Amino acid sequence: MQHSNKYIFIYSIIMVVVIAVSLTLVAVQLKPAQEDNIRIEKMQNILASVNVPVSEIPKKQVIDVYQKYIRNAIGVNNKGEIVEKDANKVFSIEMANELKKAPDNQILPVFMAILDKGDTAYAVPLRGKGLWGSIWGYISFKTDFNTVEGTIFDHKGETPGLGAEINTKMFQGHFFGKEIFDEKDALVSISIVKGGAKPDDIHGVDAISGGTITSKGVEKMLRDNLTNYEAYFKKQMRK
Amino acid sequence: MSEQKTAKEKEPMFSAKVLKLLKNPLNLENPITVQVLGICSALAVTVQMKPAIVMALSVTVVTAFSNLIISALRNTIPSRIRIIVQLVVVAALVIIVDQLLKAYVYDVSKKLSVFVGLIITNCILMGRLEAYAMANKPWPSFVDGIGNGIGYGLILVIVAFFRELLGSGKIYGFSVISKALYSSGYMDNGLMILPPMALITIGIIIWVQRSRTSGLQEK
Repeated sequence: MQHSNKYIFIYSIIMVVVIAVSLTLVAVQLKPAQEDNIRIEKMQNILASVNVPVSEIPKKQVIDVYQKYIRNAIGVNNKGEIVEKDANKVFSIEMANELKKAPDNQILPVFMAILDKGDTAYAVPLRGKGLWGSIWGYISFKTDFNTVEGTIFDHKGETPGLGAEINTKMFQGHFFGKEIFDEKDALVSISIVKGGAKPDDIHGVDAISGGTITSKGVEKMLRDNLTNYEAYFKKQMRK
Repeated sequence: MSEQKTAKEKEPMFSAKVLKLLKNPLNLENPITVQVLGICSALAVTVQMKPAIVMALSVTVVTAFSNLIISALRNTIPSRIRIIVQLVVVAALVIIVDQLLKAYVYDVSKKLSVFVGLIITNCILMGRLEAYAMANKPWPSFVDGIGNGIGYGLILVIVAFFRELLGSGKIYGFSVISKALYSSGYMDNGLMILPPMALITIGIIIWVQRSRTSGLQEK
């Protein structure tokens, strides 16, 4: 059937308007649920970095558990000064956006957790690049701001079975007890050593076989992000 | 036109003809193994069963409803812009499915990542719209969409079953291979997780299917 140009124009306009309206309705309806998912995932990551077994916690209870463990959150700048004290605002900071700002304007979150044993741990976010896309995570330290308590890494699309292994317990477990400052209090961060780190190396962990570029990405991410926190960590260590 | 003839006598909801629409794509007209459509996502989302099942469901929902909508509109769609109309309908449905997944099964939606969006370019959809929905009534079109979605999903789940079992020793996320087997030297096959093994697995399925059904063999 041959239709006139007028018919085709009116047809397409009506079609586009109907679909635009229905998509908007769906998006607006579902937005709260989607935002909750993103917030809960962030809470799960922060909790996982201080070794709370999040995979065993039902999704609905994550918020309660988070409030139980994470007692405070502050934002610091790269000079080590506290610039944000509202824990909710600190929670909503997106590292991806923060790292785009000039280094002096960045607000860097620090999450304080009280663990089951009564110890305090401090978790900070990480963000960097792997082989195919972004990688991110959290690393937490004991009260000396030097010894690693736990880590969590995740990635956008690293190679399954190779680079993607950074989100496994096997890789993340190696970080426990490692130190980021040397004897002279210089930040050395943690190296990911290809071929395996020596057992007595407190600044190195094993790399992933076949995931060299992702491993290097994790190493660079740790160094870059921890450098931003260096001033704050040193201030705390002196106390 | 056969369409007008069938319109006069009221057909039962599940006549033999309609049932055939549901059954054919599972074997003789399977979108993946026979028509070789939708291969890209079949390679990508079959590492584990859970994402494969969600992907299969998503594709089934989108094919069924886009077939239904396009078929209902088929007499009003100007033929000069019919492909655009089809694409807009498919794209809208895919966005709705993607939003629903993000809201209710967030972890799976993360695993499927771009592949939900890529349902839009899944050749099965456009193929069914052009070949079937544009020329048939809504109900058979809807069933045709479901049939093809299931036919696609069936292969996805079979491939995912073997890849997850041999690649990570699990089925639907549960470990099924006993620790004793691992300690006696068995290892998961890392190659199964990588896309090339999906291609080979699909190849084997096609081989098995063709050797069983003589009608599919090329002379």
